[in-house]
Amino acid sequence: MTEALLQVEGLRTHFHTFSGTVRAVDGVSFAVGRGEIMGLVGESGGGKSVVGFSLLGLIDPPGRIEGGTIRFDGEDLTAAGEARMRRIRGREIAMVFQDPMTSLNPLHTVGRQMDEVLRLHTDLDAAARRARSVEMLESVGISRAAERLSAYPHQFSGGMRQRVVIAIALLASPRLIVADEPTTALDVTIQSQILKLMRRQIRERGASMILITHDLAVVAEMADHITVLYCGKVVERGPADTVLRRPAHPYTRGLIDSIPNPALRKERLNQIPGMVPDIRNLPVGCNFRDRCPRATALCAEVEPALQDRGSGQWAACHHPLDAAP
Amino acid sequence: MLGYTLKRLLQMIVVLGAVSVIVFLMMSFTGDPVFMVVPIDATEAEIAQARRILGLDRSMPEQYAIFLKGMLQGDFGRSYVFREPALDLILERLPATLEIVVVAMLMSAVVAIPLGVYAGANPGRTESRAIMTGSLVGISLPSFWVGMMLIFLFAVKWNVFPSSGRGDTVEVMGTRWSIFTADGWHHIILPSLTLSLGTMAILLRITRAGMMEVTRQDYMKFARAKGVSRRGVLYGHGLRNALIPVVTIFGLQLGDLIAFATITETIFAWPGLGKLLIDSIYRADRPVIVVYLMLVATIFVVINFLVDILYTWIDPRIRVK
Amino acid sequence: MTAAFLSSEFVHNYRRNPSAIAGSAILVIFAVIVTLGPWLVWQDPYDIASLNLLDSYKPPMWLPGGDAAYPLGTDGQGRDLLAAIFYGTRVSVMIGLTAMAFSCLLGTAAGILAGYYGGVIDSVLMRIADVQLSFPSMLIALFLMSAFGTGVDKVLIALTAVGWVVYARTVRGQTLSEIEKEYVQAARVAGLSDTKIILRHILPNVTTPLIVVATVQVGTFILIEASLSFLGVGVPITQPSLGLLIKNGFDVLFSGLWWTSVFPGLFIMALVFGINLFGDFLRDELNPRLK
Repeated sequence: MTEALLQVEGLRTHFHTFSGTVRAVDGVSFAVGRGEIMGLVGESGGGKSVVGFSLLGLIDPPGRIEGGTIRFDGEDLTAAGEARMRRIRGREIAMVFQDPMTSLNPLHTVGRQMDEVLRLHTDLDAAARRARSVEMLESVGISRAAERLSAYPHQFSGGMRQRVVIAIALLASPRLIVADEPTTALDVTIQSQILKLMRRQIRERGASMILITHDLAVVAEMADHITVLYCGKVVERGPADTVLRRPAHPYTRGLIDSIPNPALRKERLNQIPGMVPDIRNLPVGCNFRDRCPRATALCAEVEPALQDRGSGQWAACHHPLDAAP
Repeated sequence: MLGYTLKRLLQMIVVLGAVSVIVFLMMSFTGDPVFMVVPIDATEAEIAQARRILGLDRSMPEQYAIFLKGMLQGDFGRSYVFREPALDLILERLPATLEIVVVAMLMSAVVAIPLGVYAGANPGRTESRAIMTGSLVGISLPSFWVGMMLIFLFAVKWNVFPSSGRGDTVEVMGTRWSIFTADGWHHIILPSLTLSLGTMAILLRITRAGMMEVTRQDYMKFARAKGVSRRGVLYGHGLRNALIPVVTIFGLQLGDLIAFATITETIFAWPGLGKLLIDSIYRADRPVIVVYLMLVATIFVVINFLVDILYTWIDPRIRVK
Repeated sequence: MTAAFLSSEFVHNYRRNPSAIAGSAILVIFAVIVTLGPWLVWQDPYDIASLNLLDSYKPPMWLPGGDAAYPLGTDGQGRDLLAAIFYGTRVSVMIGLTAMAFSCLLGTAAGILAGYYGGVIDSVLMRIADVQLSFPSMLIALFLMSAFGTGVDKVLIALTAVGWVVYARTVRGQTLSEIEKEYVQAARVAGLSDTKIILRHILPNVTTPLIVVATVQVGTFILIEASLSFLGVGVPITQPSLGLLIKNGFDVLFSGLWWTSVFPGLFIMALVFGINLFGDFLRDELNPRLK
């Protein structure tokens, strides 16, 4: 097996605030293979977005990457300087944000915001950059693309704006796209269009994608691999089929049970009881134990480590679901 | 767009009409100007005669009608003191005031905007805190006192800048200007600096607030994710968004500067509108005060109008509405 | 009640905010000067009998020729500058506070009338406010004073005429949003009189934003009053404020007698700075939207 495109090992990103250190990402490891879509799943506040921003080196104070490595095509990005990172952002790794209403600059035309990427990352002349932008807008399904270049973001609908954002992300042909909840802010009917568009574009270009979402249904539709985060830690990861069909961690099970999707749902729609604990004050032992139906005294004392469950599936649980309780 | 412009123009005329009524009423309470024109030993008959010539014996609405009619024809009457048309007096002094106001505006913009951007972009830093404390001191300073201190230090003590007057002027386009001579610049520095401090502080605070607001926006982070440098994002994407509120304040401040020029001109004996106004107030020179007020009102209304137009140019979201 | 206040977030944030503490420390010092000023200095600066012309224009005590009896030096009449400043501070502060109180009462009343009753009252009041806001406060005050002549009472009228607008606008907006709310509608249906509705339901909800406006306005008024007095259209020479002291100092500044204008100016600066520091803190705490 060739080396993965992205190999994250023991990533720790912490925020040092007045009321204590927030360990938003605490020892996260995962890999994304070439041409693969990896779903990064968890509840809001679980540190998913922070992982995304850490990859791009966009963690602003009071946040800081405290440890771990991010190997992108063999290069450790945690050791890369700002100048190097600027050449990676947009060109090697691009990002799609959650809310298309706010991720475009309201005062610049769409064309200018696209052109900016090409100016930064290619040697094309103005005419070639324009042609490239038009072509890209067309490929994400925006008609009359040449005219639309001189339009401002507010002249587009939400779904159209997200297409523009995706077009911008794809412009410099990056090898990895980090999509942070790319469809959460959109209408349900548009969500699947956008997802399909993203998958097609990724596959056609042979790029890889990290799809950050709280919605397992989205992941089920898109991802090859899944990494489940809880309180800044990986609780389960593995091939999408395996994890969705045979989750080992009770948290993953809970997430699957709360999907309102007949194909995946068991008998009834469940919610995970309780709330995500205060991330500044995490309990000793397993972070999930207060919400877990299988928790025992052991869970309160010892933090479970990720263990190989076979066929590429790993879970961090003392009492995984396929074992005897 | 055309409809909007027409609507705004109509509003301008209404406001100016209201201002003319207010100015007229205020003037009617400002003492009796007849004593300004008659000799001290004038007889009752002479006073009554003067009153009639000035139109002061008529009813208020009649006086207002005459006032308005004259004004529309550009006739504001003659100054009681200088015996010259009041409008000419004002227009003659206008360039001097415009000079210090414009220079002060530029000074404050040049200092305030970069500092405000810096403080807004790096809110936690010691330098930013120092900038903000400095701006608060700037707001808390009486501008006339600052002017005096500058005179004391630079004119009396060190003798590097003159303490009063306009210096050499040259005639450009029919009026005399100081800003085109070296000596004029030498004279203009201190008054403009004095005048600029308050505006500088306010502009700085607005710029910082705008910048802080903008740095929180998603499009800033998205631009960085595209590979734009931190500086590039701040100035290429943030600044223009942050400056939208600054444009409004800029317009309002221009008005304030004209008002505060009265004080600055008094301190530095700068022969502009403000000095003329204060002198006219002391001497109850009603026509001059009226022209001043109407002129300032017009300048204000026009500035507000221009700011609105400028807005639509800066912010495409408004253009469509 | 007291214990609850002391443990509140407000007090907690105050303790961690050095600017707020510095601001209120300055204000406490000025409160002492204003209340106890006359007893802190040995001279009544406006009692001719206590002045000694031989002591005129003495420099501050740390300079050659200075006299420990006059810590900040004297003016042309041998008046102790510190005493004059203490008395002048009282005048400035009293004018600032009183004019603020008047503006607040007048503006709040106008705002409630306009917002609660709407119609012609509303249109007239708000149009006046519009026209007035198109002129700088300083200019309006200057004209009113030039029409009225000097006097503490006249300064108060001019400042009130300038200051009511901001309250009227704030209160009107707040009133409009309050009367839409269900509890006010319910009170109306229940037959509660307008006065009671205004006093019980509307007024309590408009006070918080006004506190910030009022605080900062005291500082603005003190500066405007000083400017007016400097131009000779403010307080009379028998009741000099800090601004008038500076004006008197200006006349002799060119002779190098700097202390007569420098010290009163420093006092105004410190006073208004203290008010603004504290006002900034209040704005952040009470009214984050207004930032």
